[in-house]
Amino acid sequence: MGRLSRATWVYVVAVAVTAAILIARGPLGSIDWPMLAVLAILFLICESSSASGGPRQFTWSPSYAATLASVVLLGPVGAAIVGTVAALRLRRGLLVVQRLFNGGMYALSAYAAGAAFVALGGQPGIPDQASFPEIIGPFAVAALVHLLVNHGLLRGVLWLTRDGDQASNALGRLDLRLMLSDLGYAAFGLLIAALWQVVGPFAPVLVLIPLFVARWAIGQYTAQQKAYEAMMAALCKAVETKDFYTRGHSERVSRGSAMLAREIGMRPGRLEAITYAGMLHDVGKLGVPTKLLQKSGRLTEEEFAAIQLHPMRGLEIVREIGFLDEALAGIMHHHERIDGRGYPLGLAGDEIPEFARVIAVADAFDSMTSTRSYRGARRVDEAIAELRKWSGSQFDPALVDAFVTALEREGWQRREPVVPPPGGSAEGVTARDHDDPTAPLWVESR
Amino acid sequence: MDSGQVLVIVAAGLLAVAAIAQTAVVGIVQVGDAVAFGSLVALGELLRITLPGNRESAPIAAAGALGYALLLGMGEQPAVHSALQVIVITAGGMIVGALPHVAAGRPAKLAGMASRLIAVACVAFAFRPLARIPEIRGHWWAALPVMTLLVVLAWFVDAVIGALIRTEELPARFSVALWDELRVQLPLGVAVGASALLIAFSSEVMGLAAVWVFTGPLLVTQVAFRRYVGIRSTYLETVRALSRMTEVGGYVEGGHSRRVSVLAVAVGRELGMHEPELLELEYAALMHDIGQLSLRDPIPGGATVLVSSADQRRIAELGADVIGQAGVLDQVADIVRRQSEPARGAEPEPPAASRIIRAANAFDDLVGNSADRDRASAALERLRLGTAAEYDPGVVEALSRVVGRRALSRA
Repeated sequence: MGRLSRATWVYVVAVAVTAAILIARGPLGSIDWPMLAVLAILFLICESSSASGGPRQFTWSPSYAATLASVVLLGPVGAAIVGTVAALRLRRGLLVVQRLFNGGMYALSAYAAGAAFVALGGQPGIPDQASFPEIIGPFAVAALVHLLVNHGLLRGVLWLTRDGDQASNALGRLDLRLMLSDLGYAAFGLLIAALWQVVGPFAPVLVLIPLFVARWAIGQYTAQQKAYEAMMAALCKAVETKDFYTRGHSERVSRGSAMLAREIGMRPGRLEAITYAGMLHDVGKLGVPTKLLQKSGRLTEEEFAAIQLHPMRGLEIVREIGFLDEALAGIMHHHERIDGRGYPLGLAGDEIPEFARVIAVADAFDSMTSTRSYRGARRVDEAIAELRKWSGSQFDPALVDAFVTALEREGWQRREPVVPPPGGSAEGVTARDHDDPTAPLWVESR
Repeated sequence: MDSGQVLVIVAAGLLAVAAIAQTAVVGIVQVGDAVAFGSLVALGELLRITLPGNRESAPIAAAGALGYALLLGMGEQPAVHSALQVIVITAGGMIVGALPHVAAGRPAKLAGMASRLIAVACVAFAFRPLARIPEIRGHWWAALPVMTLLVVLAWFVDAVIGALIRTEELPARFSVALWDELRVQLPLGVAVGASALLIAFSSEVMGLAAVWVFTGPLLVTQVAFRRYVGIRSTYLETVRALSRMTEVGGYVEGGHSRRVSVLAVAVGRELGMHEPELLELEYAALMHDIGQLSLRDPIPGGATVLVSSADQRRIAELGADVIGQAGVLDQVADIVRRQSEPARGAEPEPPAASRIIRAANAFDDLVGNSADRDRASAALERLRLGTAAEYDPGVVEALSRVVGRRALSRA
């Protein structure tokens, strides 16, 4: 955050002062201070736990449970005091102004929720059996008020501190799903309040433990998935090290396949699988003797057959991985052609699995936009023209169109222009890239 | 099936039969609650998950059964069911929940169920008499510590039984197996224990609704765990599969990486390594030859034991670089890098995993896929001769024990 505008300062100070005035007006005499202390500590733990930033598809706001429990147990003023604790959030690098705003924001939204709860007939205090189910109505409204005030104040500060673009992005993230999940967390507040009667201050501890364990597990999952992807990419790179010109090919094909898959609206599970399939599509090249891949003259039919075997070799390697079958089919058939003249099986049209058709487009495109020993890298528009030229014979026309649309929107991060390796011998490079549609392999005819 | 598993299943079976016989005589009390908890157990058994290390777990069933064992009252009514009734309801729920698994052709996993039933029975026998004492029933500060203690006990009993079974199955040392078991079960055990307490306490305020309300967070936890375990095993499968790249490329003999990893893990277990170390060892062993991919020409026969130590070092370095690029298995990269160093005399000493892989790799290079016992003992002899410098004597001894056991089981 750079220098703050005067308007931001005014806004933050106004929020904090309003909160302070509301708390000072009291009444403070009737507050159960030990209970408040427990809830404040709880709130601080919850608020600090969200600092580490969880995975994207998982919202984490257990502090809502703590605030709403305070609303029921302590009433508006007590809940507002609990809210001010947000200023103490255990995280380094927070500016004073941020702390001031956080404390003020949570105090104000808790106070508003408390006021709504009382206005609708809710009785602050430990609820007993007789309070149910009447308490549910006021509680639900209180949770909603808390949510709206909280998000409203947050939007205000985002709008003041960021330029238009970023603000609308950030606001876009405060979507309905997030609000619903926040309400879900808020519901745990009522459970905490209800349990206070039977286990006292251990109620919040018991209620929140399963949630924290769930968060831990999701964190583990995300970490493992990242590690997995990094490891797979590293192993695929190992395959490419031998050939200077094809380095990074697997990763770019993976990215290109994913881009195309998103464009045609694949669901997340398949999207993930095709990302992996794109990454692994050429591992079978290892089964082809290097000298064949690097041969510059004509290939004999036997040699060509050996090259054609590489998708099958790839399948052999990855078969045991618990992927979707589709990913395996994608690897096996990525050199089939729409007109049926591809390999290994010579499938045509719709017989070719969708994954394979997607990978074929991304594969050829990356090959064309990368430097090869026998030609320079093509420009993106030239490569698109080539894709269009082979559309309908080699590639699925619908996929070529979708790929071009996605390219125009997202661009293509292609390989840096390659300087041939020092020593400059022709040895160790691919003479004819088998993925390159513009340079078909020469096969001796008998 | 091992005798340990049979013993556990028989014990749980006898317990269930005795409980059913007794309950048949006196009848089931508070039938509504019993049915609710029984269905929760059945649901949980239906939604089993597998934890790392192929351990079976049914967190929702466990929480339901423990909650029932710890129940103080339902609404205004005190809970008066006996420990035997808890066993009957838990066993019944488990059987109902396991039926769909059996119908779908999946194994019933009796040992896991038996272990859970015994753990629940311990808690029920300890707590049901206490639940009638007014001091415990009336004061949460008296009940909470007792309940917490019992939930910890259940976790411990389950882990001890699991460790006993694994000690025999693998084989492993009991102390090591117990520690691994406790560690793997801890996060989920905490969630299960907390949920069980929540269900037990909140039933007094909220009635039966509590049973379902507090299953919610546990369900989320379980889904998260399932995904975590799923990606973990895909990860291992992928490394296993991709380690075969060196074989398909003709760099090493077919099956070499897999055989070395199996042998290395067995030796590591023999030496008392814990599961996280074993996992790193397995990864490193699978990928110990990955550096050969960077060689232009495959080594004849791929046997790294026969090439010069400079070449060995280069392959190890290249392999470690490949793994290090991912930036997530730095420990594994280090193990792979240092496998080329002689086990003795190097400063600092190479990690145990590196020494194990060095010996296992040499053994497999010499023996290969052959089951010939003379060839194996000649290879062991050669490794023993190398214990002055090349190989770690402790590792070689453990390896010869593993190989000896294998020959026995083949014979």
